[in-house]
Amino acid sequence: MSGSAGRILALLLRHGYVLRSSLTRALEIAYWPTMQMLVWGFMSVFLAGKTSYVAQAFGVLLSGALLWDVLFRGQLGVCVSFLEEMWSRNLCHLFVSPLRPWEMMVGLMALSVMRLLIGIVPAAALCGLFYGFDVTSLGWPLLGFFVGLIVMGWGIGLVVCGLIMRYGMAAESLAWLLGFALMPVTGIYYPVAVLPEWLQALAWTLPSAYMFEGMRAVVVEGQFRADLMLQGLALDVVWLAGGCAGFMALFEAARRHGQLLQQGE
Amino acid sequence: MTTAMVEVVGLAKRYEAVRAVDGIDFTLAPGEVVGLLGGNGAGKTTTIAMLLGLLVPSAGRVRIFGQDFLAHRHRCLPRMNFSSPYVDLPNRLTVEQNLAVYARLYGVADRKARIAELARDLDIADLLDRPSGKLSSGQKTRLALAKALVNRPSLLLLDEPTASLDPDTADWVRGYLERYRRESGAAILLASHNMAEVERLCDRVLMMKAGRIVDRGRPEELLARYGRQNLEQVFLDIARDRAQGQAAAS
Repeated sequence: MSGSAGRILALLLRHGYVLRSSLTRALEIAYWPTMQMLVWGFMSVFLAGKTSYVAQAFGVLLSGALLWDVLFRGQLGVCVSFLEEMWSRNLCHLFVSPLRPWEMMVGLMALSVMRLLIGIVPAAALCGLFYGFDVTSLGWPLLGFFVGLIVMGWGIGLVVCGLIMRYGMAAESLAWLLGFALMPVTGIYYPVAVLPEWLQALAWTLPSAYMFEGMRAVVVEGQFRADLMLQGLALDVVWLAGGCAGFMALFEAARRHGQLLQQGE
Repeated sequence: MTTAMVEVVGLAKRYEAVRAVDGIDFTLAPGEVVGLLGGNGAGKTTTIAMLLGLLVPSAGRVRIFGQDFLAHRHRCLPRMNFSSPYVDLPNRLTVEQNLAVYARLYGVADRKARIAELARDLDIADLLDRPSGKLSSGQKTRLALAKALVNRPSLLLLDEPTASLDPDTADWVRGYLERYRRESGAAILLASHNMAEVERLCDRVLMMKAGRIVDRGRPEELLARYGRQNLEQVFLDIARDRAQGQAAAS
Protein backbone atom coordinates (compact mmCIF):
# COMPACT_ATOMS: atom_id res chain seq x y z
CA MET A 1 0.00 0.00 0.00
CA SER A 2 1.50 3.34 -1.00
CA GLY A 3 0.60 7.02 -1.31
CA SER A 4 -2.13 8.49 0.85
CA ALA A 5 -3.54 5.12 1.91
CA GLY A 6 -0.09 3.99 3.07
CA ARG A 7 0.44 7.13 5.11
CA ILE A 8 -3.00 6.90 6.73
CA LEU A 9 -2.30 3.24 7.50
CA ALA A 10 1.00 4.31 9.11
CA LEU A 11 -0.93 6.55 11.51
CA LEU A 12 -3.34 3.73 12.35
CA LEU A 13 -0.45 1.34 12.93
CA ARG A 14 1.32 3.84 15.18
CA HIS A 15 -1.72 4.06 17.48
CA GLY A 16 -2.47 0.35 17.10
CA TYR A 17 1.00 -0.44 18.43
CA VAL A 18 0.36 1.73 21.51
CA LEU A 19 -2.97 0.04 22.24
CA ARG A 20 -1.52 -3.41 21.64
CA SER A 21 1.32 -2.76 24.04
CA SER A 22 -0.85 -1.36 26.80
CA LEU A 23 -3.83 -3.34 28.03
CA THR A 24 -4.44 -0.56 30.56
CA ARG A 25 -5.07 1.92 27.76
CA ALA A 26 -7.50 -0.37 25.98
CA LEU A 27 -9.35 -0.98 29.26
CA GLU A 28 -9.41 2.74 29.97
CA ILE A 29 -11.14 3.37 26.64
CA ALA A 30 -13.86 0.85 27.55
CA TYR A 31 -14.11 1.89 31.20
CA TRP A 32 -16.21 5.08 31.08
CA PRO A 33 -18.79 3.90 28.53
CA THR A 34 -19.26 0.76 30.58
CA MET A 35 -19.67 2.71 33.82
CA GLN A 36 -22.14 5.07 32.16
CA MET A 37 -24.11 2.16 30.79
CA LEU A 38 -24.29 0.48 34.19
CA VAL A 39 -25.50 3.66 35.92
CA TRP A 40 -28.15 4.40 33.32
CA GLY A 41 -29.17 0.75 33.24
CA PHE A 42 -29.90 0.63 36.97
CA MET A 43 -31.57 4.04 36.74
CA SER A 44 -33.80 2.67 33.96
CA VAL A 45 -34.67 -0.39 36.04
CA PHE A 46 -35.62 1.87 38.93
CA LEU A 47 -37.60 4.37 36.83
CA ALA A 48 -39.39 1.63 34.89
CA GLY A 49 -41.24 0.76 38.09
CA LYS A 50 -42.13 4.40 38.75
CA THR A 51 -42.99 5.99 35.42
CA SER A 52 -45.06 4.68 32.57
CA TYR A 53 -42.82 6.47 30.01
CA VAL A 54 -39.76 4.42 30.90
CA ALA A 55 -41.84 1.31 31.52
CA GLN A 56 -43.25 1.50 27.98
CA ALA A 57 -39.91 2.25 26.38
CA PHE A 58 -37.29 0.72 28.66
CA GLY A 59 -34.42 1.32 26.26
CA VAL A 60 -34.94 5.06 25.83
CA LEU A 61 -32.42 6.11 28.50
CA LEU A 62 -29.98 3.33 27.67
CA SER A 63 -30.11 4.13 23.95
CA GLY A 64 -29.61 7.81 24.79
CA ALA A 65 -26.57 7.03 26.95
CA LEU A 66 -25.09 4.74 24.32
CA LEU A 67 -25.63 7.17 21.45
CA TRP A 68 -24.30 10.07 23.50
CA ASP A 69 -21.13 8.04 23.86
CA VAL A 70 -20.96 7.69 20.09
CA LEU A 71 -20.92 11.49 19.78
CA PHE A 72 -18.69 12.23 22.75
CA ARG A 73 -16.23 9.35 22.32
CA GLY A 74 -16.15 9.98 18.57
CA GLN A 75 -15.01 13.55 19.26
CA LEU A 76 -12.68 12.48 22.05
CA GLY A 77 -11.18 9.76 19.84
CA VAL A 78 -10.08 12.39 17.32
CA CYS A 79 -8.73 14.70 20.04
CA VAL A 80 -6.94 12.09 22.15
CA SER A 81 -5.25 10.51 19.12
CA PHE A 82 -4.00 13.98 18.18
CA LEU A 83 -2.99 14.76 21.76
CA GLU A 84 -0.99 11.50 21.83
CA GLU A 85 1.24 13.05 19.16
CA MET A 86 1.56 16.24 21.21
CA TRP A 87 2.29 14.39 24.44
CA SER A 88 4.94 12.26 22.75
CA ARG A 89 6.39 15.36 21.01
CA ASN A 90 6.06 13.58 17.68
CA LEU A 91 3.94 16.15 15.83
CA CYS A 92 6.94 17.91 14.34
CA HIS A 93 8.21 14.66 12.77
CA LEU A 94 4.77 13.95 11.33
CA PHE A 95 4.37 17.37 9.75
CA VAL A 96 7.81 17.28 8.10
CA SER A 97 7.03 13.86 6.65
CA PRO A 98 5.04 13.53 3.41
CA LEU A 99 1.85 13.15 5.49
CA ARG A 100 -0.61 15.77 4.27
CA PRO A 101 -2.95 17.54 6.71
CA TRP A 102 -6.04 15.98 5.09
CA GLU A 103 -4.47 12.54 5.48
CA MET A 104 -3.95 13.28 9.14
CA MET A 105 -7.62 14.27 9.42
CA VAL A 106 -8.75 11.02 7.77
CA GLY A 107 -6.38 9.07 10.02
CA LEU A 108 -7.77 10.77 13.13
CA MET A 109 -11.33 9.97 12.07
CA ALA A 110 -10.42 6.32 11.45
CA LEU A 111 -8.73 6.17 14.85
CA SER A 112 -11.85 7.63 16.40
CA VAL A 113 -13.91 4.74 14.97
CA MET A 114 -11.33 2.26 16.30
CA ARG A 115 -11.37 3.75 19.79
CA LEU A 116 -15.14 4.09 19.78
CA LEU A 117 -15.68 0.44 18.93
CA ILE A 118 -13.27 -0.62 21.69
CA GLY A 119 -15.27 1.60 24.05
CA ILE A 120 -18.89 0.91 23.25
CA VAL A 121 -19.03 -2.69 22.05
CA PRO A 122 -18.34 -4.06 25.56
CA ALA A 123 -20.79 -1.52 27.04
CA ALA A 124 -23.52 -2.52 24.58
CA ALA A 125 -22.85 -6.20 25.28
CA LEU A 126 -23.16 -5.62 29.04
CA CYS A 127 -26.41 -3.82 28.41
CA GLY A 128 -27.88 -6.99 26.96
CA LEU A 129 -26.38 -9.13 29.71
CA PHE A 130 -27.51 -7.05 32.69
CA TYR A 131 -30.78 -5.50 31.52
CA GLY A 132 -31.85 -7.68 28.63
CA PHE A 133 -31.78 -4.65 26.34
CA ASP A 134 -30.39 -5.40 22.90
CA VAL A 135 -29.32 -2.16 21.30
CA THR A 136 -29.50 -3.74 17.85
CA SER A 137 -33.26 -3.93 18.41
CA LEU A 138 -33.24 -0.34 17.13
CA GLY A 139 -32.76 -1.96 13.72
CA TRP A 140 -30.93 -0.44 10.78
CA PRO A 141 -31.68 3.16 11.89
CA LEU A 142 -29.03 2.49 14.56
CA LEU A 143 -26.43 2.65 11.80
CA GLY A 144 -27.79 6.04 10.71
CA PHE A 145 -27.73 7.36 14.29
CA PHE A 146 -24.18 6.06 14.69
CA VAL A 147 -22.99 7.77 11.50
CA GLY A 148 -24.89 10.98 12.22
CA LEU A 149 -23.43 11.30 15.71
CA ILE A 150 -19.84 10.26 15.05
CA VAL A 151 -19.58 12.62 12.07
CA MET A 152 -20.67 15.52 14.28
CA GLY A 153 -18.09 14.38 16.86
CA TRP A 154 -15.40 14.45 14.15
CA GLY A 155 -16.34 18.01 13.19
CA ILE A 156 -15.97 19.21 16.79
CA GLY A 157 -12.83 17.13 17.35
CA LEU A 158 -11.04 18.50 14.29
CA VAL A 159 -11.66 22.09 15.38
CA VAL A 160 -10.36 21.27 18.87
CA CYS A 161 -7.21 19.73 17.30
CA GLY A 162 -6.77 22.92 15.28
CA LEU A 163 -7.12 25.04 18.41
CA ILE A 164 -4.53 22.88 20.20
CA MET A 165 -2.11 23.36 17.29
CA ARG A 166 -2.68 27.10 17.25
CA TYR A 167 -2.83 27.83 20.98
CA GLY A 168 -0.85 24.91 22.38
CA MET A 169 -1.67 22.69 25.32
CA ALA A 170 -3.65 25.53 26.92
CA ALA A 171 -6.47 24.43 24.62
CA GLU A 172 -6.19 20.79 25.70
CA SER A 173 -9.09 20.94 28.15
CA LEU A 174 -11.42 21.85 25.27
CA ALA A 175 -11.14 18.22 24.19
CA TRP A 176 -13.14 17.23 27.28
CA LEU A 177 -15.23 20.36 27.78
CA LEU A 178 -16.61 21.16 24.37
CA GLY A 179 -18.64 17.99 23.90
CA PHE A 180 -20.21 18.32 27.35
CA ALA A 181 -21.15 21.93 26.60
CA LEU A 182 -23.62 20.64 24.01
CA MET A 183 -25.06 17.98 26.31
CA PRO A 184 -27.90 20.05 27.87
CA VAL A 185 -29.24 21.33 24.56
CA THR A 186 -28.97 18.28 22.36
CA GLY A 187 -31.92 16.35 23.81
CA ILE A 188 -30.24 13.12 24.79
CA TYR A 189 -32.63 12.10 27.56
CA TYR A 190 -35.52 14.51 26.93
CA PRO A 191 -37.17 15.99 23.85
CA VAL A 192 -35.91 19.27 22.44
CA ALA A 193 -39.43 20.63 23.04
CA VAL A 194 -38.76 20.89 26.79
CA LEU A 195 -36.07 23.53 26.19
CA PRO A 196 -36.88 27.25 26.21
CA GLU A 197 -37.71 28.44 22.71
CA TRP A 198 -34.43 30.28 22.19
CA LEU A 199 -32.50 27.17 23.15
CA GLN A 200 -34.63 25.06 20.84
CA ALA A 201 -33.47 27.22 17.95
CA LEU A 202 -29.87 26.48 18.97
CA ALA A 203 -30.60 22.76 19.44
CA TRP A 204 -31.93 22.43 15.89
CA THR A 205 -28.57 23.58 14.52
CA LEU A 206 -27.03 20.44 16.03
CA PRO A 207 -27.17 17.21 13.98
CA SER A 208 -27.33 15.34 17.28
CA ALA A 209 -30.72 16.84 18.19
CA TYR A 210 -32.24 15.22 15.09
CA MET A 211 -30.56 11.90 15.87
CA PHE A 212 -31.77 11.76 19.48
CA GLU A 213 -35.31 12.78 18.46
CA GLY A 214 -35.17 10.10 15.80
CA MET A 215 -33.94 7.56 18.35
CA ARG A 216 -36.88 8.35 20.67
CA ALA A 217 -39.30 8.00 17.78
CA VAL A 218 -37.97 4.48 17.13
CA VAL A 219 -37.80 3.36 20.79
CA VAL A 220 -40.99 5.00 22.12
CA GLU A 221 -43.27 5.09 19.08
CA GLY A 222 -41.72 2.31 17.02
CA GLN A 223 -41.53 4.72 14.10
CA PHE A 224 -38.56 5.63 11.92
CA ARG A 225 -38.51 9.35 11.09
CA ALA A 226 -36.65 9.64 7.76
CA ASP A 227 -37.14 13.42 7.82
CA LEU A 228 -35.17 13.75 11.07
CA MET A 229 -32.43 11.43 9.81
CA LEU A 230 -32.02 13.33 6.53
CA GLN A 231 -31.99 16.75 8.21
CA GLY A 232 -29.43 15.52 10.73
CA LEU A 233 -27.17 14.02 8.05
CA ALA A 234 -27.44 17.20 5.94
CA LEU A 235 -26.33 19.24 8.96
CA ASP A 236 -23.52 16.74 9.52
CA VAL A 237 -22.09 17.65 6.12
CA VAL A 238 -21.96 21.29 7.24
CA TRP A 239 -20.41 20.40 10.63
CA LEU A 240 -17.77 18.13 9.11
CA ALA A 241 -16.91 20.63 6.39
CA GLY A 242 -16.63 23.29 9.10
CA GLY A 243 -14.41 20.99 11.18
CA CYS A 244 -12.07 20.28 8.24
CA ALA A 245 -11.94 23.97 7.25
CA GLY A 246 -11.28 24.94 10.88
CA PHE A 247 -8.49 22.38 11.20
CA MET A 248 -6.81 23.59 8.01
CA ALA A 249 -7.18 27.30 8.87
CA LEU A 250 -5.77 26.78 12.37
CA PHE A 251 -2.97 24.54 11.03
CA GLU A 252 -1.93 27.29 8.60
CA ALA A 253 -2.17 29.89 11.38
CA ALA A 254 0.04 27.66 13.57
CA ARG A 255 2.57 27.44 10.71
CA ARG A 256 2.57 31.23 10.35
CA HIS A 257 3.01 31.83 14.06
CA GLY A 258 5.66 29.16 14.62
CA GLN A 259 3.47 27.11 16.94
CA LEU A 260 4.32 23.75 15.34
CA LEU A 261 7.97 24.43 15.97
CA GLN A 262 7.44 25.31 19.62
CA GLN A 263 5.34 22.22 20.21
CA GLY A 264 8.03 20.11 18.64
CA GLU A 265 10.73 21.45 20.87
CA MET B 1 27.76 23.58 -13.43
CA THR B 2 25.77 21.71 -10.79
CA THR B 3 22.17 22.74 -10.24
CA ALA B 4 21.53 23.81 -6.65
CA MET B 5 19.53 21.31 -4.63
CA VAL B 6 18.41 24.09 -2.33
CA GLU B 7 18.15 27.73 -3.36
CA VAL B 8 17.11 30.28 -0.76
CA VAL B 9 16.55 33.90 -1.76
CA GLY B 10 15.61 36.76 0.57
CA LEU B 11 14.17 34.38 3.19
CA ALA B 12 12.75 36.23 6.17
CA LYS B 13 10.61 35.53 9.19
CA ARG B 14 9.24 38.34 11.31
CA TYR B 15 7.17 38.07 14.48
CA GLU B 16 5.72 41.58 14.76
CA ALA B 17 8.80 43.72 15.56
CA VAL B 18 11.20 40.78 15.92
CA ARG B 19 13.17 39.74 12.82
CA ALA B 20 13.98 36.09 13.55
CA VAL B 21 15.43 35.63 10.06
CA ASP B 22 16.16 38.73 8.06
CA GLY B 23 16.52 38.21 4.33
CA ILE B 24 19.05 35.43 3.92
CA ASP B 25 20.33 33.92 0.67
CA PHE B 26 22.23 30.69 0.18
CA THR B 27 22.41 27.58 -1.95
CA LEU B 28 23.19 23.96 -1.26
CA ALA B 29 24.59 21.73 -4.00
CA PRO B 30 24.15 17.94 -4.25
CA GLY B 31 26.64 16.18 -2.00
CA GLU B 32 27.53 19.35 -0.16
CA VAL B 33 27.47 19.79 3.62
CA VAL B 34 26.74 23.34 4.72
CA GLY B 35 26.91 24.39 8.34
CA LEU B 36 24.64 26.99 9.92
CA LEU B 37 26.59 28.49 12.78
CA GLY B 38 25.42 31.06 15.25
CA GLY B 39 24.59 31.71 18.86
CA ASN B 40 21.25 31.15 20.52
CA GLY B 41 18.54 33.12 18.73
CA ALA B 42 20.68 33.65 15.63
CA GLY B 43 17.94 32.15 13.44
CA LYS B 44 19.35 28.69 12.66
CA THR B 45 16.38 26.66 13.87
CA THR B 46 13.92 29.13 12.33
CA THR B 47 15.71 28.75 8.99
CA ILE B 48 15.56 24.95 9.18
CA ALA B 49 11.88 25.09 10.18
CA MET B 50 11.10 27.16 7.08
CA LEU B 51 13.01 24.68 4.90
CA LEU B 52 10.90 21.88 6.37
CA GLY B 53 7.57 23.64 5.90
CA LEU B 54 6.89 23.88 9.64
CA LEU B 55 7.01 27.64 9.47
CA VAL B 56 5.68 29.99 6.79
CA PRO B 57 8.23 32.67 5.83
CA SER B 58 7.25 36.32 5.93
CA ALA B 59 9.15 36.89 2.68
CA GLY B 60 11.50 35.17 0.29
CA ARG B 61 11.74 32.22 -2.02
CA VAL B 62 12.80 28.62 -1.42
CA ARG B 63 13.44 26.17 -4.24
CA ILE B 64 14.26 22.56 -3.36
CA PHE B 65 14.98 19.97 -6.07
CA GLY B 66 14.02 22.71 -8.54
CA GLN B 67 10.50 22.99 -7.09
CA ASP B 68 8.88 25.99 -5.46
CA PHE B 69 8.95 24.55 -1.93
CA LEU B 70 6.57 27.09 -0.41
CA ALA B 71 3.87 26.21 -2.94
CA HIS B 72 4.53 22.48 -3.34
CA ARG B 73 6.29 21.24 -0.23
CA HIS B 74 4.67 17.81 -0.36
CA ARG B 75 6.41 17.14 -3.68
CA CYS B 76 9.78 17.65 -1.97
CA LEU B 77 9.25 16.17 1.50
CA PRO B 78 9.43 12.48 0.42
CA ARG B 79 13.08 13.09 -0.61
CA MET B 80 13.98 15.04 2.53
CA ASN B 81 14.33 14.15 6.19
CA PHE B 82 15.18 15.74 9.48
CA SER B 83 16.69 14.97 12.84
CA SER B 84 16.87 16.94 16.05
CA PRO B 85 17.56 15.86 19.61
CA TYR B 86 14.78 18.23 20.68
CA VAL B 87 12.03 16.31 18.87
CA ASP B 88 11.17 12.86 20.19
CA LEU B 89 9.85 9.75 18.57
CA PRO B 90 6.95 8.03 20.39
CA ASN B 91 8.44 6.54 23.55
CA ARG B 92 5.93 3.70 23.84
CA LEU B 93 6.74 2.30 20.43
CA THR B 94 9.68 -0.01 20.04
CA VAL B 95 12.60 0.98 17.86
CA GLU B 96 11.38 -1.31 15.09
CA GLN B 97 7.78 -0.04 15.32
CA ASN B 98 8.94 3.57 15.08
CA LEU B 99 11.03 2.79 12.01
CA ALA B 100 8.19 0.78 10.45
CA VAL B 101 5.75 3.67 10.94
CA TYR B 102 8.12 6.22 9.41
CA ALA B 103 9.09 3.88 6.58
CA ARG B 104 5.39 3.73 5.68
CA LEU B 105 4.96 7.49 6.04
CA TYR B 106 7.85 8.04 3.62
CA GLY B 107 6.58 5.39 1.21
CA VAL B 108 9.65 3.16 1.53
CA ALA B 109 9.02 0.13 -0.70
CA ASP B 110 11.41 -2.39 0.88
CA ARG B 111 10.59 -1.56 4.50
CA LYS B 112 11.86 -4.71 6.20
CA ALA B 113 15.09 -4.76 4.25
CA ARG B 114 15.67 -1.05 4.85
CA ILE B 115 15.06 -1.37 8.60
CA ALA B 116 17.43 -4.35 8.76
CA GLU B 117 20.05 -2.38 6.81
CA LEU B 118 19.76 0.64 9.11
CA ALA B 119 19.78 -1.58 12.20
CA ARG B 120 23.05 -3.12 11.02
CA ASP B 121 24.66 0.17 9.92
CA LEU B 122 23.66 2.11 13.03
CA ASP B 123 24.28 -0.75 15.42
CA ILE B 124 20.74 -0.87 16.76
CA ALA B 125 19.87 -4.45 15.79
CA ASP B 126 19.86 -5.48 19.46
CA LEU B 127 17.54 -2.62 20.32
CA LEU B 128 14.79 -3.25 17.78
CA ASP B 129 12.40 -4.75 20.34
CA ARG B 130 13.11 -2.18 23.02
CA PRO B 131 10.66 0.70 23.69
CA SER B 132 12.20 3.94 22.45
CA GLY B 133 11.56 5.57 25.83
CA LYS B 134 13.98 3.13 27.46
CA LEU B 135 16.96 4.00 25.28
CA SER B 136 19.99 5.96 26.45
CA SER B 137 20.76 9.37 24.87
CA GLY B 138 23.27 7.81 22.50
CA GLN B 139 20.85 5.06 21.49
CA LYS B 140 18.08 7.62 20.97
CA THR B 141 20.37 9.62 18.72
CA ARG B 142 21.10 6.53 16.64
CA LEU B 143 17.34 5.84 16.38
CA ALA B 144 16.70 9.47 15.38
CA LEU B 145 19.38 9.12 12.72
CA ALA B 146 17.86 5.85 11.50
CA LYS B 147 14.48 7.56 11.21
CA ALA B 148 16.10 10.47 9.36
CA LEU B 149 17.71 8.08 6.88
CA VAL B 150 14.84 5.63 6.49
CA ASN B 151 13.81 7.09 3.11
CA ARG B 152 17.42 7.47 1.86
CA PRO B 153 16.96 11.26 1.69
CA SER B 154 18.71 13.36 -0.91
CA LEU B 155 18.49 16.31 1.46
CA LEU B 156 19.07 15.95 5.18
CA LEU B 157 18.43 18.74 7.66
CA LEU B 158 20.09 18.24 11.02
CA ASP B 159 19.60 20.45 14.05
CA GLU B 160 22.48 19.91 16.49
CA PRO B 161 22.68 16.17 15.78
CA THR B 162 25.31 15.47 18.45
CA ALA B 163 24.00 17.69 21.24
CA SER B 164 24.17 15.96 24.65
CA LEU B 165 26.20 13.02 23.33
CA ASP B 166 29.43 11.79 24.88
CA PRO B 167 32.54 12.45 22.71
CA ASP B 168 32.78 8.83 21.57
CA THR B 169 29.16 8.60 20.38
CA ALA B 170 29.35 12.08 18.84
CA ASP B 171 32.45 11.08 16.90
CA TRP B 172 30.72 7.93 15.71
CA VAL B 173 27.69 9.92 14.51
CA ARG B 174 29.92 12.35 12.60
CA GLY B 175 31.73 9.45 10.99
CA TYR B 176 28.43 7.91 9.95
CA LEU B 177 27.18 11.17 8.45
CA GLU B 178 30.41 11.54 6.48
CA ARG B 179 29.95 8.03 5.12
CA TYR B 180 26.30 8.59 4.25
CA ARG B 181 27.12 11.78 2.38
CA ARG B 182 29.96 10.07 0.50
CA GLU B 183 27.93 7.01 -0.46
CA SER B 184 24.59 8.66 -1.21
CA GLY B 185 25.63 12.04 -2.57
CA ALA B 186 23.05 13.65 -0.29
CA ALA B 187 23.22 17.30 0.64
CA ILE B 188 23.22 18.10 4.34
CA LEU B 189 22.32 21.34 6.10
CA LEU B 190 23.69 21.18 9.61
CA ALA B 191 22.87 23.61 12.42
CA SER B 192 25.36 23.24 15.22
CA HIS B 193 27.10 24.91 18.14
CA ASN B 194 29.91 22.41 17.94
CA MET B 195 32.76 24.04 16.04
CA ALA B 196 34.90 20.91 15.78
CA GLU B 197 31.95 19.12 14.23
CA VAL B 198 31.41 21.91 11.70
CA GLU B 199 35.11 21.99 10.78
CA ARG B 200 35.13 18.24 10.26
CA LEU B 201 31.88 17.86 8.32
CA CYS B 202 31.15 21.06 6.46
CA ASP B 203 32.30 22.16 3.03
CA ARG B 204 30.97 25.64 3.67
CA VAL B 205 29.80 27.57 6.70
CA LEU B 206 27.13 30.25 7.02
CA MET B 207 27.72 32.40 10.09
CA MET B 208 24.42 33.73 11.41
CA LYS B 209 23.78 36.51 13.85
CA ALA B 210 20.49 38.24 14.71
CA GLY B 211 18.74 36.59 11.81
CA ARG B 212 21.29 37.55 9.15
CA ILE B 213 24.14 35.72 7.48
CA VAL B 214 27.05 37.89 8.54
CA ASP B 215 29.81 35.85 6.93
CA ARG B 216 30.23 32.76 4.83
CA GLY B 217 32.87 30.59 3.24
CA ARG B 218 34.87 27.39 3.49
CA PRO B 219 36.12 26.74 7.03
CA GLU B 220 39.74 27.37 5.98
CA GLU B 221 38.73 30.63 4.25
CA LEU B 222 37.06 31.87 7.42
CA LEU B 223 40.07 30.92 9.52
CA ALA B 224 42.35 32.84 7.17
CA ARG B 225 40.02 35.83 6.96
CA TYR B 226 39.86 36.22 10.74
CA GLY B 227 43.44 35.11 11.33
CA ARG B 228 42.31 32.40 13.71
CA GLN B 229 43.32 28.83 14.49
CA ASN B 230 39.84 27.36 14.74
CA LEU B 231 36.19 28.14 14.05
CA GLU B 232 35.41 28.63 17.72
CA GLN B 233 37.61 31.73 17.73
CA VAL B 234 35.93 32.94 14.53
CA PHE B 235 32.56 32.32 16.13
CA LEU B 236 33.55 34.40 19.18
CA ASP B 237 34.87 37.21 16.97
CA ILE B 238 31.56 37.39 15.18
CA ALA B 239 29.49 37.01 18.34
CA ARG B 240 31.46 39.82 20.00
CA ASP B 241 31.35 42.08 16.95
CA ARG B 242 35.07 42.10 16.36
CA ALA B 243 35.81 43.12 12.78
CA GLN B 244 37.89 40.79 10.62
CA GLY B 245 40.96 43.07 10.78
CA GLN B 246 40.76 43.46 14.55
CA ALA B 247 40.17 39.82 15.25
CA ALA B 248 43.68 38.52 14.89
CA ALA B 249 45.14 41.40 16.91
CA SER B 250 42.78 40.92 19.86
